[in-house]
Amino acid sequence: MNARAQAATKGAIRIQNVDKVYYAREGAVQAVSDCSLDIRAGEICMIVGPSGCGKTTLLNAIAGFHDITGGAIHLDGELLCGPGKPQAEPGPDRVVVFQNGALFPWKTNLENVAFGPVVQGKLGKAEARDKALGLMADAGLSGTEHNYPGEVSSGTRRRVEIVRALMNDPKVLLLDEPFRALDSLTKSVMHEALLEIYYKNKVTIFFITHDLEEAIFLGHRVAIMTTRPCKPKKILEVDIPHPRNYGVLTSPRFRSLMEETVNAVHEEAVKAFEAGEKEM
Amino acid sequence: MAEGKPATSAGEIGAWAMFMYRYSKALRSPTPYLMLAGFALFFGAWFLLSEVFRFWRFASLPGPRQVLIEWFNPNPVYGMSLYTPDYYMHIWMSLRRVLIAFAIATGLGVPFGLFLGWSKVYREFTFPVFETLRPIPVLAWVPLAIVMFRGDETPVIFLTTLASFYATALNTMLGVQSIDPSFPRAAACLGASKWQIFRHIIVPGALPFIFTGLQISVGVAWFSLVAAEMVSGEYGLGYLINSSYVNVQYPVILIGMISVGIVGYASSALVRLAGDYMMQWRVRELALGEGR
Repeated sequence: MNARAQAATKGAIRIQNVDKVYYAREGAVQAVSDCSLDIRAGEICMIVGPSGCGKTTLLNAIAGFHDITGGAIHLDGELLCGPGKPQAEPGPDRVVVFQNGALFPWKTNLENVAFGPVVQGKLGKAEARDKALGLMADAGLSGTEHNYPGEVSSGTRRRVEIVRALMNDPKVLLLDEPFRALDSLTKSVMHEALLEIYYKNKVTIFFITHDLEEAIFLGHRVAIMTTRPCKPKKILEVDIPHPRNYGVLTSPRFRSLMEETVNAVHEEAVKAFEAGEKEM
Repeated sequence: MAEGKPATSAGEIGAWAMFMYRYSKALRSPTPYLMLAGFALFFGAWFLLSEVFRFWRFASLPGPRQVLIEWFNPNPVYGMSLYTPDYYMHIWMSLRRVLIAFAIATGLGVPFGLFLGWSKVYREFTFPVFETLRPIPVLAWVPLAIVMFRGDETPVIFLTTLASFYATALNTMLGVQSIDPSFPRAAACLGASKWQIFRHIIVPGALPFIFTGLQISVGVAWFSLVAAEMVSGEYGLGYLINSSYVNVQYPVILIGMISVGIVGYASSALVRLAGDYMMQWRVRELALGEGR
């Protein structure tokens, strides 16, 4: 019944004392400092923090898009990046779903979904196609297979992108504010769709957002990050049992969790805002 | 992942159907009539200025009536009309040179531009040289081309290739740089190798810019071809224009000029069509945009 109880045993991310300094025009910027966070296998971990606080830097380090300058990140005990290996290799065990969407517009939805296993040489084209058709049908995407991403709604594009990630049987899904550009009605539909997909495919989800309602509705835990440099300020256990549906939003427990989060986040938002003003 | 066309499903629209849809739509819209009106205005003004009022310097310009009569004359006064085989020989020679030059420029320019955009080292290595050579006008290359290449054909083809190559390479490079960096990242996440990213992301992602470049390139090819033919060669529309000037056959100059215009327009239309055919995803997005 509890999703985490029957969760997969793979996909635990251990982030230990991670530092990331990068050099910009105004000099060295400490984006992430001494950040430690354990993400349990099979959980949905929501990362909340003000804009520009360094959440995406953390995600990029896990994905292997850039290096870290200190600390280590392990996936299921294996070193992704750390001492002697500053940058992880991007790979299909950790698939990113991007903020603005990154479906290839020149491939049909089906070709997009089948892309991963085919380029890895794991499946033949016909097998990949069959698996993709199956997963797309499961996610309610039948009928859009032969459309190009530009021809379908933005909500559909998001779902296709998540299915494209799941095609690779990843250990971890890294979602970087995937629903940010959607209107709030589409967003609520997407939340339930994501949970439905999650219940069928137990996978660890690392989900960046700054929408608190989204964070509490989806997450097993919500990590509230400090503003730059980024590290966990508070980790909230969301003790509302899965599977959840939108009815949860009006429950008293949801309200009280919301209140707790709002206070913690607001403090950081004010700090970020003031820092932002100084930078200008 | 270019897999063999799957059995056509309900949601799928064929390339040909899409093409027909767009062109029937274009014919139903007011643009063809506007186009005719534009031509009528242009030829009308030319006619009035040169033949009716013989206004100022326009008196020495052959009028459209005079040009048309010569053009459609089975026994042309100056020996050049739709009925003389020589006329088609000139067109064919020019067309052949443009085709060869365009093929060379595309074959060299697209890969060159792709690498310029793709590899930083390669770009820093070659781009400054490229940018120094690019502003040198084709006409400045004429003496060198004649010294370097023997015969009549090769210097002309070399000169025609040159400008086309620049246009293609530069636009291809911009095309690669225009690709959203999320695309190669997403492909890397999905397990694509560097080469697979190049083939599945960089090349198709740059294609819209490449075809813009090719359209410019084919136009530039005609532009430099005519210039090159005026200096060298003994057939071709540029040669025809220049020799008619030398022989004081003024209406033939205009026949030659209009012919370049028509053939040039047709060749860039063909490039556009080829682009639409290769980028169905784009055509469909645009068609959808029109409907909204």
